Amino acid sequence: MADEGSLITDEMRTTIGVRSEPSFYEVDKLSVRMFARSVGHVDPIYFDEEEAKKAGYRSLPCPPGYLGTPVYDPRTSDPTFGGRRGGARAPEPSRPLKRILNGGTEIEYFEDICAGDTLEASSYTSDIQERKGGIGDMLITTSKTEYKRKGDGKVVAIMTGTGIRY
Amino acid sequence: MTLKVGDKHEAVVVENIQRTHIVKYAGASGDFNPLHHDDGIAKNLAGYPSVFAHGMLSMGLTGRMLTDWLGAASLQKYGVRFTKQVWPGDTLTAKGEVTDVKQEGGKQLVTVRVVTVNQNGESVVEGEAVAAV
Repeated sequence: MADEGSLITDEMRTTIGVRSEPSFYEVDKLSVRMFARSVGHVDPIYFDEEEAKKAGYRSLPCPPGYLGTPVYDPRTSDPTFGGRRGGARAPEPSRPLKRILNGGTEIEYFEDICAGDTLEASSYTSDIQERKGGIGDMLITTSKTEYKRKGDGKVVAIMTGTGIRY
Repeated sequence: MTLKVGDKHEAVVVENIQRTHIVKYAGASGDFNPLHHDDGIAKNLAGYPSVFAHGMLSMGLTGRMLTDWLGAASLQKYGVRFTKQVWPGDTLTAKGEVTDVKQEGGKQLVTVRVVTVNQNGESVVEGEAVAAV
């Protein structure tokens, strides 16, 4: 097979490590209850602040997988997904790829996240790899989002996402 | 609670998932991608048989098995891959198995392999969690 060269362009490589504008996620009692209800939690710590405090939390804690709801602002938010809209479009690979798969999501927790917290999230591409698989050319992009608690600036969680284009 | 390698836990985390479940999650997460609530768009524009659940809903449902088993405060790391879509009518069972236990600061640092399967035994979520128990 003729060598078609790398999918990954120099322009793509320059995006690695470049942080996005921050977006804000609020955790409040209503949103924790809504999330906990939507995934079927029955533990009262997610619904009753007194129970949460008895268990040692400042207020209702975030259930696994919940890192706040994007603070919606019609001036800056995406109307469908709720997060910041627009931003710099990622540069395209050297050959077009049509499909996208969610390759996975991992959350590392460093601190409890509770109702009352506002999180400032900034994302960057941490790695770009390519592979030839059964489905042809694959471009595997790893991105990291760091969640800092507004107020004390502590990093409370890091989410790593893997996207696969093919 | 003392855990050892090979310990297992499983729970049905949703039975016969309905569009209502998916809409509740859309509201809670702020993600109103119509593929998850509008059958017309899912079928006619995207070619899917119907709407399907957000991947992160499967992650959240699976997370409930973890906190019910290991305690809410304990989770240090939780990562999943979405291996199959979840459709209305699916029943999901989340399964965990301890693969490693380390002693750290008076607690057990427990690594759990996680698999969530649908009613046909097909995995929809696979991943790993680390909890201090």
